[in-house]
Amino acid sequence: MRYLPLTEADRHAMLAAVGVSSVEDLFRDVPSAARRSGPVEGLPNHAGELEVERQLAAMAGRNIPAGSVPSFLGAGAYRHHVPATVDHMVQRGEFLTAYTPYQPEISQGTLQVLFEFQTQVALLTGMDVANASMYDGATACAEAVMMANRITRRKKAVLSGGLHPHYRDTTKTDAHFIGFDVVAMPAAPKGGEDLMAQVDADTACVVVQNPDVFGHVRDYTALARMCQAKGALLIVVVTEALSLGLLTPPGEMGADIVAAEGQSLGNALSFGGPYVGLFAVKEKYVRQMPGRLCGQTVDADGRRGFVLTLSTREQHIRREKATSNICTNAGLCALAFSIHLSLLGEEGFTNLARLNHAKAVQLADRLSGVKGVEVLNDAFFNEFTVTLPRDAAEVVEELAKRRILGGVPASRLFAGELPEHLILAATETNTDSDMDALTKALAEVL
Amino acid sequence: MTVKYTKDHEWIRVEGDTATVGVSDYAQHQLGDVVFVELPDVGRTLAQGKEAAVVESVKAASEVFAPASGEVTEVNADLEGEPAKVNSGAETDGWFFRMRLSNPAELDGLMDAAAYKDYVEGLQ
Repeated sequence: MRYLPLTEADRHAMLAAVGVSSVEDLFRDVPSAARRSGPVEGLPNHAGELEVERQLAAMAGRNIPAGSVPSFLGAGAYRHHVPATVDHMVQRGEFLTAYTPYQPEISQGTLQVLFEFQTQVALLTGMDVANASMYDGATACAEAVMMANRITRRKKAVLSGGLHPHYRDTTKTDAHFIGFDVVAMPAAPKGGEDLMAQVDADTACVVVQNPDVFGHVRDYTALARMCQAKGALLIVVVTEALSLGLLTPPGEMGADIVAAEGQSLGNALSFGGPYVGLFAVKEKYVRQMPGRLCGQTVDADGRRGFVLTLSTREQHIRREKATSNICTNAGLCALAFSIHLSLLGEEGFTNLARLNHAKAVQLADRLSGVKGVEVLNDAFFNEFTVTLPRDAAEVVEELAKRRILGGVPASRLFAGELPEHLILAATETNTDSDMDALTKALAEVL
Repeated sequence: MTVKYTKDHEWIRVEGDTATVGVSDYAQHQLGDVVFVELPDVGRTLAQGKEAAVVESVKAASEVFAPASGEVTEVNADLEGEPAKVNSGAETDGWFFRMRLSNPAELDGLMDAAAYKDYVEGLQ
């Protein structure tokens, strides 16, 4: 696609056509008090490229990149080793695209990759059908709730206190503007919440997470049965896709919809995005599923081909009655996910999951030897929560001064609640010396 | 027994206090091959002119509106496995649902077969 900038003459012609004399006039409806005229205070006007680069590099240098120090950050975004092959492959001209194409059937390679991606997601989650991806795990969660509202014709969602607060907030944002009710349970660092007590005849779904935001691994089989008895759907959220290499998939527990974050495979932490949302459902609900869906078929000569299927759910055909306003997917991130997973293979994926769990067990053992540190979890995958004898956010700041990223204080996620809780993740990227450094530094600052 | 038609191309056949509803032969021609029909739950209360079902073809998905108010008493379960019945017998085997009418007077505002035929000819 060519991108041609406008000339002054073009602008004048357009302004004349709409009947205004300047671009400024187009903003007349914005109250003048809310409009800024002239330069922004404190912002220098122009600078040379080298000067700008130097200034921005100095600012960036004040960050502590997770890849450059011992990092135990998790809570929804995980540092993993992404093989260089992934980056090489995604940049091939046959693949490199951010979205599902708008003239899809001409791009058979792209559609085939997305078809493989869907197959991988369905197998990992233990579900019948997966779509071609959503923006990220949090928006996938909100879309899952809206899908449950459509299926049940009810409009109340019950969210577990173990659900990542960013997922809760994203769902609440949609609830506010679209008009459905959300009952968000209080933070439950030790579990034990009674979700079913909140389920009534107007409840469309119950949303839980596995492992939950505190790292607890849970079996939701009984909950799935209880939801079914009440006519509500069970939505299971997964923020660490790698856990599916070791844990019972949500589909086997009876989940109706799975909404997951796929960043762990193929995608860098990258300041929180772009990521890739995984979305999988039971087959009977497929027509209420949001997002794009690739299907396999045969052409007039009987040769295998790929198409976008069930498009009648989508906005360009169904207009305001569409299942979602999503008309695209996270194409490039989904591609990276699929390539990484294909490189690992089933055995490699399982081994990587085992290694992550082993690292986390090692970390938990080391930390429980530090005076005042108590591990909360009975069972976890690659992430767990500890309580400290003092404010965890302050401890994390002091660890950062020692160039260690020592986990995510729960208070940061839960608006100041749980000040002494610290959530730590360990992955294959953490070495023994990382753990030595953390254990030593923690003993010093506590 | 009377059959009436709506401007949205639904038909309704009244027998006593129950009525059968479907889409017209003209509608199935316009839709093309029907691939899916979403039917209302039995027991659901429908209001005249409001959405009652969805019919999906290879070309489009469209709402089917209730020609009259009442409660759904039965749905055509055959359409789940054989949605093509809407094409082969739109006004016979391809019926969508049956309902108990709550206000039969509403039917007076609908077209009879002759009026509907004129209406459709006017569209072409």
